[in-house]
Amino acid sequence: MSSINLVDLAEDNLRDEARRAMEVCNACRYCEGYCAVFPAMEMRREFSDGDLDYLANLCHNCQGCYQSCQYAPPHPFGINVPKAFAELRLQTYADYAWPQPMAKFFDRNGTLVTLLTALCVAGVIIALMLIQDAKVVFASHVGPGAFYKVIPWGVMTAFAGATFLFAILSLVMSFRNFWRASQRPATDIVRPRTLARAMHDIFTLKYLGGGGHGCNDVSDQFSMRRRYYHHFTFYGFMLCFAATSVATIYDHVLGLQAPYAFFSLPVMLGTIGGIGLVIGPVGLIWIKIISDPAPLSKKMIGGDYALLMLLLLISVTGLLLLGLRETGAMGILLAIHLGFVLAFFIAIPYSKMVHGLYRSAALIRYALERQEESEAHAAAQGKPKVKAA
Amino acid sequence: MVSLTRLYDVLVIGGGNAALCAAITAREAGASVLLIEWAPKAFRGGNTRHTRNLRAMHSEPTSVLTESYLEDEYWDDLKRVTGNNTNEELARITIRETEGSLPWLEERGVRFQPSLTGTLNLSRTNAFFLGGGKSLVNALFNHAERIGVEVLYDTEATDLIIDDGFVREVKIVNKGFPATVRAKAVVASSGGFQANIEWLKEYWGAPAENFLIRGTPYAKGRVLRSLLDQGVHQIGDPTQCHAIGIDARAPKFDGGIASRLDSVPFSVMLNQNGDRFYDEGEDVWPKRYAIWGRLIAQQPDQIGYSIVDSKAEKLFMPSVFPAYRADSIRELASLLGLDPDKVEKTISEYNAAVQPGVFDSSKLDGCTTTGITPPKTNWAQKIDTAPFLAYPLRPGITFTYLGVKVDDRARVLMANNEPTANLYASGEIMAGNILSKGYLAGFGMSIGTVFGRIAGREAARSVLN
Repeated sequence: MSSINLVDLAEDNLRDEARRAMEVCNACRYCEGYCAVFPAMEMRREFSDGDLDYLANLCHNCQGCYQSCQYAPPHPFGINVPKAFAELRLQTYADYAWPQPMAKFFDRNGTLVTLLTALCVAGVIIALMLIQDAKVVFASHVGPGAFYKVIPWGVMTAFAGATFLFAILSLVMSFRNFWRASQRPATDIVRPRTLARAMHDIFTLKYLGGGGHGCNDVSDQFSMRRRYYHHFTFYGFMLCFAATSVATIYDHVLGLQAPYAFFSLPVMLGTIGGIGLVIGPVGLIWIKIISDPAPLSKKMIGGDYALLMLLLLISVTGLLLLGLRETGAMGILLAIHLGFVLAFFIAIPYSKMVHGLYRSAALIRYALERQEESEAHAAAQGKPKVKAA
Repeated sequence: MVSLTRLYDVLVIGGGNAALCAAITAREAGASVLLIEWAPKAFRGGNTRHTRNLRAMHSEPTSVLTESYLEDEYWDDLKRVTGNNTNEELARITIRETEGSLPWLEERGVRFQPSLTGTLNLSRTNAFFLGGGKSLVNALFNHAERIGVEVLYDTEATDLIIDDGFVREVKIVNKGFPATVRAKAVVASSGGFQANIEWLKEYWGAPAENFLIRGTPYAKGRVLRSLLDQGVHQIGDPTQCHAIGIDARAPKFDGGIASRLDSVPFSVMLNQNGDRFYDEGEDVWPKRYAIWGRLIAQQPDQIGYSIVDSKAEKLFMPSVFPAYRADSIRELASLLGLDPDKVEKTISEYNAAVQPGVFDSSKLDGCTTTGITPPKTNWAQKIDTAPFLAYPLRPGITFTYLGVKVDDRARVLMANNEPTANLYASGEIMAGNILSKGYLAGFGMSIGTVFGRIAGREAARSVLN
């Protein structure tokens, strides 16, 4: 007797469960107005592992399809797309990680990112105490080069540069692995029209919009909160990154040494970004705490909390550092802040941060598929289209 | 806080769209409202959970509907499907009120979207709910609770005590415990009786055992039975229902849309004996799918088999259960438990009868058979390219049309046509007033919304005056 498997599948069969869900969804299709996943699903009748990895990363976890699903548990079909995809996404983070041995980092991501953070902060403080006289650490320093009196410029730059460049390399390799699964040439990525559409979808978080109504972020009610908190987080992060970049130019090109005045460009960017990076993670953590746990993946959520807390601690210590930089607390605060930043740089390719990478790749692929579909449709105009009841 | 000792202004029985529209309207008019839903919260919403659109009249394009759809065209569509056997007054009320229903629902949090892929034929007439009917149910329950409608889940209404046209009290079972609720007015929106197999057997006999119920298992018709037993005016033919052919492997209840199979017009339909029994290509599928439930119900063991070859596989929506697949017709017949000799004979006779023509799945292509009975009058292609595929189908009952008679104020009428004093009805329990037979896509939701609002308004008005 051929019949679909109605039993919850074991963890090593994440793709089978995702495939089963997609086969039920493809016979229903009520959710196609929510996001990109369902139109992408409808372009297929069969789902290869690569297709499922792509669809799982196309899912923004807005949970609209779960809350509106007539087949959600306790229905015998037991369909829970956001959960099935979240668990598969985590698996794809491991499967496409570079170098491969680091895939293990995703097994207990929350614990490991937290542990890494603790070690980095402790490590920087201990190293500081070993290389620096306590009097220097706890003295108040003002004027150009004040920070470097505590932690030498060369040390700071070497660690930041090495970890950041490695993170970039690792992300590029992971992106390449993920894209290869699509069996499309790399040149497809940079087609201007589809890339522009994908960038729009990425930077506006279009698919946390639930067809314009928002997510079912905490319950079956729609809300834009998650999208806005993510914007605070993302754009706050980008402003902080811009602050660092501008400061680097100030230092290396203009020869102006930090700390800079409060109303200088790097400090303004960093302050505004830092505030965003407080509001965003706090909001996202709060939403996770109060949300309906049914469509969430327990395996994923530890890593989510770990990264959000890390971002929050970076921004909070950064702002504290700004406020107290002329006092004797500056030295130790700087060490703590840089400890968090170091942990973040190391963790980028092996933390929830990679969701942005794969989701962007999935959105680029979706833009391509949609473009090709409309081209094929235009070419077939006048040719019959299959109708369904 | 729900209190069962309290005298509510309005008690609404049911948790689907019709019940919610009634409860919200009555509450907004100022009445205290208790809504009792038999299902637990996870399965709330009756058959509305499985719906996806509402047929709405409109004179100009709306947020999601194209062009216009005016009263006369809507009325003509209804006349055609019911064979002119409808209550024109109530039907026209429904049609006219659908125009305001769309914005009314939107104001209460229901989200709409343009028609779904594959339903372009409905983009002008039917407004689709974003995410489907369960999403509408969620929005309306949220709104109802926000404005102070009190809700009890897991609460079955078992009996209405009617005394001289007046509902004195309602017997309920709340999470297994019997209790009584009193209200000044009662709205019955508790659906049909399609999930009550024993009751179906009264009309269909043993074959009803083989029916699958597409929607909620909670539509047992308890309230309907109670009312009919107490001299309420019965309406509708008890054998009439919305019945389509669905995948025989679907669950007994609640299989919903995913159990649908669209292969029939591109296939040959066989019964248990290996015989064909009806013209599979009579008309386009949207106009024909709703007759196949009845056709299959009349076959031995109430089962049919849709046989296609690999040429036709991609012409219809994917099925939720995989097709039976074999490299020969004989092998396929064995998989299905049919007589291979007989099936092979039927298919070769059919193949020999197929006339040359230009196949076109998108229209009545005139590709036909000659010399076999029944003929296949469109999309007749030879079944000759392995692998061969089969899907088993059984009758899938959406809802029954037997109900209680109502007037234009949604008041339930007694057998002598006198209105009851405080009893109103909306939704499937009274849809038979308008739908005697046949079906128009999205019209059940139209009746539920319109009569739900009328029932809520009239119930509130009667108790607040």
